[in-house]
Amino acid sequence: MSESDVTRQGLRGTRPGHQAVTGEAAGRAPRHARRGGRRKGRRGGEQPPVEPARFSSYYGRPVLNKPVWEARDIAGYLFLGGLAGGSSLLAAGAHATGRPALARPAKAAALGAVSLSTAALVHDLGRPERFAHMLRVFKPTSPMSMGSWLLAGYGPLAGLAAVTGLTGRFRRTGAAATAGAAVLAPAVTTYTAVLLADTAVPSWHQAYRELPLAFAGSGAAAAGGLGMLAGPVAQAGPARRLAAFGAALELGAMEAMKRRMGLVAEPLERGRAGRLLRASKALTASGAALGATAGRRSRAAAAVAGTALLLGSAAGRFGVFHAGVASAEDPRYTVLPQRERLRRRTAHPSPDTP
Amino acid sequence: MTDTAPSQAPGGAPPRMGFFTDTSVCIGCKACEVACKEWNAIPAGDAGLTGMSYDNTKGLGASAWRHVAFVEQRKPLGGQEPGVDVFDAAGRLGGPAADGLPPVSPDGRTELRWLMSSDVCKHCTEAGCLDVCPTGSLFRTEFGTVVVQEDICNGCGYCVPACPYGVIDQRPDDGRAWKCTLCYDRLGEGMEPACAKACPTESIQFGPLDELRERAAARVARLHAAGIPDARLYGESPDNGVGGDGAFFLLLDEPEVYGLPPDPVVPTRDLPAMWRHAGAAALALAAGAAACFLGRRP
Ligand code: SF4
Ligand code: SF4
Repeated sequence: MSESDVTRQGLRGTRPGHQAVTGEAAGRAPRHARRGGRRKGRRGGEQPPVEPARFSSYYGRPVLNKPVWEARDIAGYLFLGGLAGGSSLLAAGAHATGRPALARPAKAAALGAVSLSTAALVHDLGRPERFAHMLRVFKPTSPMSMGSWLLAGYGPLAGLAAVTGLTGRFRRTGAAATAGAAVLAPAVTTYTAVLLADTAVPSWHQAYRELPLAFAGSGAAAAGGLGMLAGPVAQAGPARRLAAFGAALELGAMEAMKRRMGLVAEPLERGRAGRLLRASKALTASGAALGATAGRRSRAAAAVAGTALLLGSAAGRFGVFHAGVASAEDPRYTVLPQRERLRRRTAHPSPDTP
Repeated sequence: MTDTAPSQAPGGAPPRMGFFTDTSVCIGCKACEVACKEWNAIPAGDAGLTGMSYDNTKGLGASAWRHVAFVEQRKPLGGQEPGVDVFDAAGRLGGPAADGLPPVSPDGRTELRWLMSSDVCKHCTEAGCLDVCPTGSLFRTEFGTVVVQEDICNGCGYCVPACPYGVIDQRPDDGRAWKCTLCYDRLGEGMEPACAKACPTESIQFGPLDELRERAAARVARLHAAGIPDARLYGESPDNGVGGDGAFFLLLDEPEVYGLPPDPVVPTRDLPAMWRHAGAAALALAAGAAACFLGRRP
């Protein structure tokens, strides 16, 4: 503090950047290049550069504590959970319609994905040896509690379905487990959107309406991709259709989501998250298209399409994950929307409408 | 979403206790930070200098349960006469006293003002951290405060992004989540929290929430009357986004200037809608998957 002094003549020896810039001035400093990052894709959605909105902050520090989750564990879990759920649906359909060569790999994928995802969840705990505390309470206000119970029910069913499917023994039990897993599968696929959205992280919370649809689509696309990759072309028709359905659902929901989120959609388009989500879009769209065309005849094309769909789904989950973390790290995404909400509330005070 | 502790439950339960932090008298001594660390045996943080005025704590976290913010502004504090010569003023002490507080700089000249504020967990009525905790480690005490049970917490980290104030955090080496307990152990013994005890200016006031709210309203009125229109309460209203903070503040500028969110809302307010949207998406997925098996055989 020896550098600057308040004298009778005013402030002396100020060091720019070292004093708390407060009031609206604090938000004026460009914290990162705002126009970079979107070289490509100069289509419809591109907006002209606008004067960055002004806001105050405490030395530009984040208002929120950012998520402590490891991307590999938790984004990986989001992807694997979706893959498991989608695969169980595919498995049940294939099982019921007499497509054993599609059902078997789908059941195995569901078991593998749910096992890996549970391992990722446990690995991410600060105290992994206390993982059983997850089932200590049943708490509807906690999506993670609900998810733990869901996995506790779904995991064994998926396991039973896979093992009976592979060994060919206990057919009745296997059929029941396959159906049971499929009943829980849609919830396994979509609850993870609530898990992210039920936080103060701006780009996750504001996504809560469309994110479950996007995750449902992503899970379906991944499972369809896996079916194409592992099932014979002759039996993989439903997998190709599931992939196309999932891809359309995911891409549509993500677009609608970004349009409605306003300012907090920015982190989905910038930096690492932006790159991942653009890659996801390209992989998912091309994978579904290739699968629906050449994938109907050629085993090799089906494998390429399936791989692209799986990668696209994973990239999408990592993109959403990183966008949320970025939105929590920048105070503008916390302060500006809240300021706007306050402004609207004072402009139209209506206490009984939310 | 969370149950609210009644102010005065029958059967002798204690009233809801809280903090009123009056930042207008904070002198930035950090006695609260030190007392908190000492009493709660909190590990030292990293000791680097930040260049953020006198603030090297940076913010609340797993190992900082009180955080004194220092804000330097080119703006006169109400009641402060920038051109005053302290030696001259001291020399006239004992003479005929001027009535009340000196006026705000009449010519609108701007000078530096230094805002200091000791931040802490808000012990929200609707606490995001408590709502989302899957293990039941976070719970509401008989004093209406929100506390982590460290023998239960499995370090899932969900509470961290669920707090709209950026308070609770995970301690990397230990893996568990930590935050202010409002000195639950001291309260049980009828003692006030360590920070309030240590605060030399009574900037940190501890007591039954009802009483603190009355005291705070009177204090704001006095400051307004003294020509400090900037004074405002933050978090005291039970109508706010978290149903009222158990620890609230008197601030001299917008909340975001101190690093506080201007209009925080507990994320779980939207949870019923989130479950509905997820349910609809699940049904859409099930229907879509079923449709993939209809029609032609291949
Ligand atoms: S301020 Fe954050 S950590 Fe404290 S009770 Fe509220 S939600 Fe929990
Ligand atoms: S980290 Fe601990 S206190 Fe926080 S939500 Fe998980 S179990 Fe609860």
